[in-house]
Amino acid sequence: MTAATDVDRQAPSTPTRPVARTWSRDAVETQVFRVLRWVVIAFLLVITLFPFYYMVLLSLRPLDEVVQDPGALWVGPSEVILDSYDSVLAGADEGGQGFLQFMRNSAVVAFSTVALTLLVAIPGAYAVSRLQFFGRRQISGLFLAVYLFPSILLAVPLFVFFTRIGLRGSLVGLLIVYVSQIVAVSIYMLRNYFDTIPVSLEEAAAIDGCSRIGIMRRISLPLALPAIMANALFVFMIAWNEFLFALLFLVEERSRWTVSLGLSQLAGSIEIPTTVLMAGSVFVTLPIIIIFFASERLLTEGLTAGAEKG
Amino acid sequence: MSQQLADVSGAPPPPLPDQPAGRPTQRGSGRRARAEARAGLTLISPTLVIVVVMVVLPILWTVSLAFQNIRLLNISTAGVFGSYSFDNFEGILTSGDFWVSLRTTLIYSVLGTASAIGLGLVAALALRSAFRGRTFVRAAMLLPYVAPVVAVTYVWTTMLSPQFGVVNYWGERLLGWDNPIAFLSQRSDQVSLFGISVSLPTALLTVIAFEAWRSFPFAFLFLTARLAAAPETLEEAARVDGATPTQRFRYIVLPQLLPTIAVLSVLRFIWTFNSFDDIYLLTGGGAGTDVISVRVFNALVARGDIGAASAQALVLAVILAGMVVLYLKRFARQEEQA
Repeated sequence: MTAATDVDRQAPSTPTRPVARTWSRDAVETQVFRVLRWVVIAFLLVITLFPFYYMVLLSLRPLDEVVQDPGALWVGPSEVILDSYDSVLAGADEGGQGFLQFMRNSAVVAFSTVALTLLVAIPGAYAVSRLQFFGRRQISGLFLAVYLFPSILLAVPLFVFFTRIGLRGSLVGLLIVYVSQIVAVSIYMLRNYFDTIPVSLEEAAAIDGCSRIGIMRRISLPLALPAIMANALFVFMIAWNEFLFALLFLVEERSRWTVSLGLSQLAGSIEIPTTVLMAGSVFVTLPIIIIFFASERLLTEGLTAGAEKG
Repeated sequence: MSQQLADVSGAPPPPLPDQPAGRPTQRGSGRRARAEARAGLTLISPTLVIVVVMVVLPILWTVSLAFQNIRLLNISTAGVFGSYSFDNFEGILTSGDFWVSLRTTLIYSVLGTASAIGLGLVAALALRSAFRGRTFVRAAMLLPYVAPVVAVTYVWTTMLSPQFGVVNYWGERLLGWDNPIAFLSQRSDQVSLFGISVSLPTALLTVIAFEAWRSFPFAFLFLTARLAAAPETLEEAARVDGATPTQRFRYIVLPQLLPTIAVLSVLRFIWTFNSFDDIYLLTGGGAGTDVISVRVFNALVARGDIGAASAQALVLAVILAGMVVLYLKRFARQEEQA
């Protein structure tokens, strides 16, 4: 705390020297930071938004123009073409890349993951938050450990196991893996919300003769609904974005590729134009961006609670 | 853990298993307590079964696989009662590649974590006081973190491409680069700065920059939440006493942020140390970015060497657990001294 005393000593001397005052350290720093702040904000906006802008830009330009003039940062409204979007969505038999099929697969996996995870996690979170039972603390600890656990370590045994029972290459196998990895985080987040619901509400219902299931259904669930929605969106985003297990399980079955896997596999091919794959990237990203901006406030709370693994 | 972790407006506490928040135990009749315990176990059991079958048992199985000589071709014969040996570990620990890879992983994790938190801190401070459009800017800051990793790595690869990447195009015209830089496929590059020539690991620095870009929003969120909870009166008092902006940051703001930064460091380090997607998608582990998780993947998928893959994954997990425990112990001791 020596600095604090330095400051005390300096402070009174400043007003007595008007010349020094205009160029005091405080004034200089304040001025510098006032400018620097806007520079930083502009820089941050450029680095966060430019890649997404560039994605859309390339998806709207013809390939030969991109090769001729790679530095162009703008496309005139008259030059916009949507061919890339047609090409990326069309099925493989029509000469396209089949992203429509990939998006269907991703949607099936993501929605099923949400439904199954919530089905399992809501009762679990309620139990951990509200009920006294043997091993409750240990179970909470286990879930936290699962959350922090490296998924690459799980990749080895699950890959071997699913190869052996023949579930590799099926969306069901992937679904089971997703649910098992997400359910711990989901319980963790939901429990925090259940903790905020006053117990007195439930006790009042119990006195009125409501059963445990009745209390859950009529009191706790409706109150926790916003939290459950946020959790559902969060789970959807994890499942939609997931890459490692989709790669391990589905890579040999093109018809079952998720949209992330499809993009990554096609990105390695030199025959497919970059502009077409940029249109594909837009399709991968768009659902997430829509969800994100539609529910930004809900989700920022969720993100701090439990981020994705990886 | 209280609800604070799920609530941005509160300060995030350290993510340690703590006592479940709840009401005090009901000292009712024994019958009611037993009924409650039964209900609790019933409700939690589906989750518990899934987690045990799909997470806990597979991990134990990895331990068993790591001590056996199993390949993907002969897995049908593999069981619990195989022949166990230390061959896999011997193979890994005596190969120079593994140690190089471990070093790469450490450099990547430490620099990636530090730069992500650094950038997040700068962003949180810059966006601290309100201005028109701040809500939009804050939302934009989170985009790199929520966007699908495959899409953003693809855009980065295209932007950084030496042939038609926009970064090299403007780099050559505006920054006077002599040749396009192969950001993702060049192991190292000679850079001369003020007449001194230094060799920089190009690809490794690029993936670290990507990691900083992708993860800084996470740090930004936590630090913004912590800053919002910091009482303004302290800074006001310091201002009145004549403390300059840097002094106020150094002696008032930073000490309040340090616990949050410590938690962030542990979390981000764990995730970066294991991260597979980013590097696999950007460089495929080439050009000096061969981190251990990518090696595990290659041993598993490309070579079908399950024993070696399990052993490396296990070494990764043990190192990680060791470092986290060490860090937590050290951190806990510092807290006591302070």
